[in-house]
Amino acid sequence: MRKQLSITRRALVKSLAAASLVLSSGMMSATSAYAAPGEIEKPELKFGFIKLTDMAPLAIAYEKFFFEDEGLYVTLEAQANWKVLLDGVIDGTLDGAHMLAGQPLGATIGFGTKADIITAFSMDLNGNGITVSNDIWAQMKPHVPIGEDGKPVHPISAKALKPVVDSYKAEGKSFNMGMVFPVSTHNYELRYWLAAGGIHPGYYAPHKGDVSGQLQADALLSVTPPPQMPATMEAGTIYGYCVGEPWNQQAVFKGIGVPVITDYEIWKNNPEKVFGVSKQWAEENPNTHIAVVKALIRAAHWLDENSNANRPEAVEILSQSRYVGADYEVIANSMTGTFEYEKGDKRAVPDFNVFFRYNATYPYYSDAVWYLTQMRRWGQIAEPKPDSWYMDIAKKVYRPDIYALAAKELIEEGKLPASAFPDFDTETGFKPVQTEFIDGIAYDGTKPNAYLQQFPIGLKGDAVVE
Amino acid sequence: MKDKLIYFLELTGFTWFIPLVRLSAGESPKHQMQELGKMVGVPLFAIAVFLFLWHLGAAKVITSLGQVPGPTQVWEQVNVLVDEHQASREREQAFYERQEQRNAARLEKNPDAEVTIRPYTGKETFFDQILTSLFTVFVGFLLATIIAVPIGIVAGLSDTLYSALNPLIQVFKPVSPLAWLPIVTMVVSALYVTDNPMFEKSFITSALTVTLCSLWPTLINTAVGVSSIDKDLINVARVLRLNYFTTVWKVVIPASIPMIFTGLRISLGIGWMVLIAAEMLAQNPGLGKFVWDEFQNGSSSSLSRIMVAVLTIGIIGFILDRITLSFQKFFSYDKNAVIR
Repeated sequence: MRKQLSITRRALVKSLAAASLVLSSGMMSATSAYAAPGEIEKPELKFGFIKLTDMAPLAIAYEKFFFEDEGLYVTLEAQANWKVLLDGVIDGTLDGAHMLAGQPLGATIGFGTKADIITAFSMDLNGNGITVSNDIWAQMKPHVPIGEDGKPVHPISAKALKPVVDSYKAEGKSFNMGMVFPVSTHNYELRYWLAAGGIHPGYYAPHKGDVSGQLQADALLSVTPPPQMPATMEAGTIYGYCVGEPWNQQAVFKGIGVPVITDYEIWKNNPEKVFGVSKQWAEENPNTHIAVVKALIRAAHWLDENSNANRPEAVEILSQSRYVGADYEVIANSMTGTFEYEKGDKRAVPDFNVFFRYNATYPYYSDAVWYLTQMRRWGQIAEPKPDSWYMDIAKKVYRPDIYALAAKELIEEGKLPASAFPDFDTETGFKPVQTEFIDGIAYDGTKPNAYLQQFPIGLKGDAVVE
Repeated sequence: MKDKLIYFLELTGFTWFIPLVRLSAGESPKHQMQELGKMVGVPLFAIAVFLFLWHLGAAKVITSLGQVPGPTQVWEQVNVLVDEHQASREREQAFYERQEQRNAARLEKNPDAEVTIRPYTGKETFFDQILTSLFTVFVGFLLATIIAVPIGIVAGLSDTLYSALNPLIQVFKPVSPLAWLPIVTMVVSALYVTDNPMFEKSFITSALTVTLCSLWPTLINTAVGVSSIDKDLINVARVLRLNYFTTVWKVVIPASIPMIFTGLRISLGIGWMVLIAAEMLAQNPGLGKFVWDEFQNGSSSSLSRIMVAVLTIGIIGFILDRITLSFQKFFSYDKNAVIR
């Protein structure tokens, strides 16, 4: 309480709360049990985002004044692509950004741009899909099992795509697909799906200067920014892509492609985007960082509240041109718990976009380790690494400690109940063994190398791409 | 009075009104009506034909974002953009009101608390983007003028310097702004490091790109204008034993000013074109960014909104050109020359 002059509202609330506690328990002489959390170092912030529905927590925190409640004045700015966004966070033009889970990890281990980026907030679960063009779908469909209702049986395995890829190979044509960034969730999900169906998605070999990720590939994957996916597929440059919403539903609406699978079916409740800041920024602005995480947690909670009751309002907000800007119907399709595959084949996927339930916002170490295993699997991490290395990197980048501080403040302020969060005293940061993958392979975050051994396609053990 | 008014209208490019002025002054009505028909009627008819063809043609092209917008859809979006602008202003007002309430609440609890009003954090509207673009182009253009005119004068006065600079000018002149942009961006990021920047980096980048591209026409025209001054004028200056700067100030600049303005007019036109491209590519605020954002949105109204921006860019470019043309006419000595 030395800084009387510049005491913050938050500090004030807390000291008042502390004081009333003290008074009510009759311990007049006791000193405040809580240290003043200190003031916001940087109230005016600029965050970057990519036009995808999973940026919703940022938009909601802004529109519902959760940022302002924390004393933050945030400007949200759409970025051209993931590279520009990451560079912005590194060079300080952006204070933080909506990021791919692989970006802080990739930057920290030096795949692509090397920089120390950390995350204390996971933005959502699921939310991606794989779409193929109408032409490819027509060729795939004969290989897809049809259910009794006359509709294709989901989830569709890439085994149905394999004959198509093989025929392209036989004709000497390359089979091109798009994903959004080399360290994106979409890249790993598309690779996972393809490999599970016996299609080799290709290796990276950074030690040999090859970062195209197409060595030994059956399907050639390349980078396209999310909003340009439908247009690129329409132009025939790629035959399919893996991207977040609304760009799969957009393909259905425009009648240019058919989403074949959602990432929910590839790996149930997979972690998706994170909120990333540079390590330096987090060290210089610890209180601001906590305040930002608090606002984002409240926004995520709002999005999932009362079993998605607020989603239509959220879609209304997102469809404004300053956020995602796609048509209301397109965004609503996936955000309100449904997903349209073939035109007219609309199915319920209530957990397609999860923002808060299942502890979606908590930055689990096991999620970080999974991304690292996939980087190793596809050669982005060229050399074999011991299990301890995976743990070290995960702990360096994922910061549940900061999350816990923010969550505890929210509980204390009575904004959210303790039951909304994991039990911080016992939480290890590793989820129990997960088995709900499309190929049924079990994932134990504490044993990354053993996990990699189970895959028929992909690097494991001491293997290095020659 | 009448002649003065006509001269002013001619200068500012509002030649449409001249027949009206003459009419009201009672000059042969028949002839003036003919003039009016030629000057106003013909362009209006052409615009009507264009709108009709646009309407017909647009309906034929179906893209995945829907039909290419015709004049009516575009007009609808103009209204939507105006509404959005007003809505945004209301949001801004509410933003400040909320801040005041929060600050008042803080002061109530602690009279010593430091309170500040933070600037509005909402996204710029279409009209804000227009102003940003205009400001950027003027700064870039001004910078180009400040650099190009002195160098052009010096180069025009000295054949040696001119032949030294000429190859450089010829090589850099045709370079597209998009090629400069990455270099400018990196250099600005590296050199423009301050804790409390007066301008945004993105603004500096756009303005410098405009400068780099709009430098050349002014430079070349100034140099040519200066070197083609009547040699007698220079000789007179010599006879009067004027020093270098007085010669430049009193003789060279007045004599070459029409050429300088011709260069400036071309420069501003190029600057405006370059700016839109630079904003689009570098995602710097302005009309170019608006077009790119709308393209990325891919909503059913995106094409119409882009079309509004395209027309706005055109109209602003036209107005800018008219303004410089007026200056050019004003400074040219041969008032009878037809300058288009």
